[in-house]
Amino acid sequence: MVKYLSEFRDPDLAAGILRRLAKVSTRPVSFMEVCGTHTVSISKNGLRQAVPENIRLLSGPGCPVCVTANADIDKMIAIAAQPDVILTTFGDMIKVPGSYSSLAKEKATGSDIRIVYSTRDAVKLAQENPDKRVVFYGVGFETTTPTVAMSILDAQQKNVSNYSVLSVHKVVPPAMKALLDLGEVTLDGFICPGHVSVVIGTRPYEFIPRDYGIPCVVTGFEPLDILEGILMLVEQVERGEAKVENAYKRLVTTEGNEIAMETIHKVFEPGDADWRGIGVIPGSGLNIREEFADFDAARLFAEVEVPPVKEHKGCRCGEVLRGVIYPYDCGLFGKACVPEHPIGPCMVSGEGSCAAYYRYDEKPRTGA
Amino acid sequence: MCLGVPGKVITVKDDWIAEVDISGVVIDVGLQFTPEAKVGDYVLVHTGYAMHVMDEAEAMETLKLLEEMGAAAELPDGQIS
Repeated sequence: MVKYLSEFRDPDLAAGILRRLAKVSTRPVSFMEVCGTHTVSISKNGLRQAVPENIRLLSGPGCPVCVTANADIDKMIAIAAQPDVILTTFGDMIKVPGSYSSLAKEKATGSDIRIVYSTRDAVKLAQENPDKRVVFYGVGFETTTPTVAMSILDAQQKNVSNYSVLSVHKVVPPAMKALLDLGEVTLDGFICPGHVSVVIGTRPYEFIPRDYGIPCVVTGFEPLDILEGILMLVEQVERGEAKVENAYKRLVTTEGNEIAMETIHKVFEPGDADWRGIGVIPGSGLNIREEFADFDAARLFAEVEVPPVKEHKGCRCGEVLRGVIYPYDCGLFGKACVPEHPIGPCMVSGEGSCAAYYRYDEKPRTGA
Repeated sequence: MCLGVPGKVITVKDDWIAEVDISGVVIDVGLQFTPEAKVGDYVLVHTGYAMHVMDEAEAMETLKLLEEMGAAAELPDGQIS
């Protein structure tokens, strides 16, 4: 077992926290996690069922792949079909269907689409293929964005002029605000994303307790991290408090990673972004600054024609992403829509709520 | 997608690259965001970059706290602070 993982999986310690939860938790509460990695860990470790009955764990818009709008996938597919383009992306995005196709299908029919592990590999690919246009499809939250910004700085420094990025990057706190403003779900606390917070710190969540009176706890992804986070939320609720707390101090600070934040801001500027199921959220996107226009695929491929957007009939991914329904409440879940034949992105992505619940959650708790 | 794993810095090479051991697999990791990382440190690795140097004292503190919490919950009702 890897150091700093196995210790946080200790079943005896987990049982201790669960006992304490059972003692201190007196009222019905709903907490939402807004990170796909949390969703998977909660499902995989059976925590949704292990916590006392009065604690409901809802899943929010935490999977960057799932919240990518069809229009943005369609655009990427259209760019991939352009002459001399090598499209690069992380593996998560490859099977997600847009309006008519997916990158996986396009790859099978001749587009040059390659999965990279790191943005460094994409820049290297551009250096090795000077006669090709290498485009990186930049999807992800604040954890990933600094590495994409770094790739643009790296390409600029090394004069790699055939590298560009299509930025579909999103930032998390504005989406949490949008969910609260929609008012569709009543929340008693947020389980804030661990690795997004490694980069942004805990400060950007402070408006949530201040303006909405809702407790927030940043925590990690091992079972003990999540249970501790839930316990801290319950204790805040029971004390009638609302503040931002940090249960992931081994990796998260108040300020975050300032070098990573500076790198993001150097390359990107805030813009609006279209979230599947939520719509356009002001200030929740990141556009490449004018200064780096030569590396901006949105500008370089602005003329590429994209077919009109089509949504998938009967798919309730939007409501799942907003935490309005549990995946089980969708009529397609586990019937027409399964990981082998997914209809919506939440069943495609490994971190999608539907895929996580389908794989791991044995006992449905209905009626979100 | 925001998955990150802890790994141990084995060597620090040129051009902001370190070799990091993740569960016995050694990979190249960018140190641009964690220039303070040194050999022997544990770092959180995400898509080929170190995003933070693990605060090992905090990790131990958290585990100790969790142990105490579990022990306290075994006490009879009313004795939990």
